[in-house]
Amino acid sequence: MIKLIAMRELRSLFVMPSTWFVFAALQFIFAWFFLNALQSFLDFQPQLAQVENAPGVTAILAAPQFNMVALLLMMLVPMFTMRLIAEERRNQTFALLLSSPLSVHQIVLGKFFGLLVFLLALTCSVPLMIYTLAPGTHLDHGLLLGNCIGLLLLTASYVALGLYISSLTTQPIIAAIGAMAVLVGLWLADIAASAADSPWHQVSPFHHFQSFNSGLLDSGDVVFFFVFSASFLLLAMQRIHNNRRYG
Amino acid sequence: MSNVTPEITLSARNLSRSFGNLTVIHDVSLELKRGEVLGLLGHNGAGKSTTMQMLTGCLTPDNGDIEICGIDLARKPMHAKAHIGYLPETPPLYRELSVDDYLSFAARLRGIKPGEVSDALNRAKQRCGLTAVGHKIIGTLSKGYQQRIGIAQAIIHSPSVIVLDEPTVGLDPMQIRDVRTLIRELGDAHSVILSTHSLSEVESICDRVEILHRGTLVYSGTTAALDSHGGEAGKLEENFIRLTEQSEAETPS
Repeated sequence: MIKLIAMRELRSLFVMPSTWFVFAALQFIFAWFFLNALQSFLDFQPQLAQVENAPGVTAILAAPQFNMVALLLMMLVPMFTMRLIAEERRNQTFALLLSSPLSVHQIVLGKFFGLLVFLLALTCSVPLMIYTLAPGTHLDHGLLLGNCIGLLLLTASYVALGLYISSLTTQPIIAAIGAMAVLVGLWLADIAASAADSPWHQVSPFHHFQSFNSGLLDSGDVVFFFVFSASFLLLAMQRIHNNRRYG
Repeated sequence: MSNVTPEITLSARNLSRSFGNLTVIHDVSLELKRGEVLGLLGHNGAGKSTTMQMLTGCLTPDNGDIEICGIDLARKPMHAKAHIGYLPETPPLYRELSVDDYLSFAARLRGIKPGEVSDALNRAKQRCGLTAVGHKIIGTLSKGYQQRIGIAQAIIHSPSVIVLDEPTVGLDPMQIRDVRTLIRELGDAHSVILSTHSLSEVESICDRVEILHRGTLVYSGTTAALDSHGGEAGKLEENFIRLTEQSEAETPS
């Protein structure tokens, strides 16, 4: 049933021309950024060769690329999560799910995984672009893998948050602005806190992504992403339950 | 006539529901038997849609129990809901999907096995006159077709209880006639509860009628009995107005 709902989300996304437009535009942005970074790497390569223990091509190219995608996702994910529940409630299609033999967690997880798969398809071109360099140079696979895992966990946490905010309203646009405000707010809280041990760093998903970005696989960060995503998914389930209860 | 009492497919006892301080439904009890079409009649805002949302598990009642085919809706929602087909006031259509895709999704959602979906799909499309539009995108179809797709998703899994909220609103006279014929057919094998504010609809297709006024049931009986209730026979409309006015006078303001 979770798969069925996820497939319906994907189908609805892919029959809309706007999805394909966003898909194409983002691939263009990713590619443009990648080629730009590659060009400047080639320009600086002779100077790097003189430095002892110079950072490799993966650290110079891949890490900023992933960092840029992580920032873009902050704007992008709310555009997709806004529809998940708010639009179903506005178009009154949610009654179909509520009156079907489904549990609330199947509805929420179905929507969560459906969108997550879509966003993975959207961002999978980033590591693929970097892997096109593999025939000509030596890549740091560990760093790339760390970044991929980090991006996956970060995307999941953004989707979970967006899904919850989408369950709070019947206006998709409010859900989008709300999710974006919270995500940008968490990011600002992180970069504005000057003290290294400030608690604000700990609440920001973007901060936890940074260690993946530098190739550090910290179990504490993994736990943070799991707790963050699970909390918002549970809140979304509770919210749908409350809607039934309190109207 | 057989002597076997028809199976009770839906029973609701003492349903109450309020939104904030506003009591919308007060102590409503309903019963539906297999092979029966029950009309829920009332003015706009009488609580028809709220009652139907509670019967289908979209809203939780504050008080009262609902049983679908003997299964408690609150305790075993997954089992109970497998026997319900529901058409809300606005058909719950994903406008970007094709008719076939949407109905297949609805069928799988209601627990039809993947191998049996195409049979169920063809049957539902045939019953609702949708065979020719299977590949069309729902958003491009007329209101009449959309309403029929809404009915098709409610009957695709052959549920015991079919709940239709104002099924003929917005249709032209020909379509209304077709939908009424369809509901009558459905009522013979399943059991149907439909809400309406059209008296002619009640007269032409319902076996029994319950009149809901300001959240309470003011009349319950066969359509023929309402026709002659407390007055001259054949004055359905006057009886309806009298019953609702009577309860208005009894309600302390």
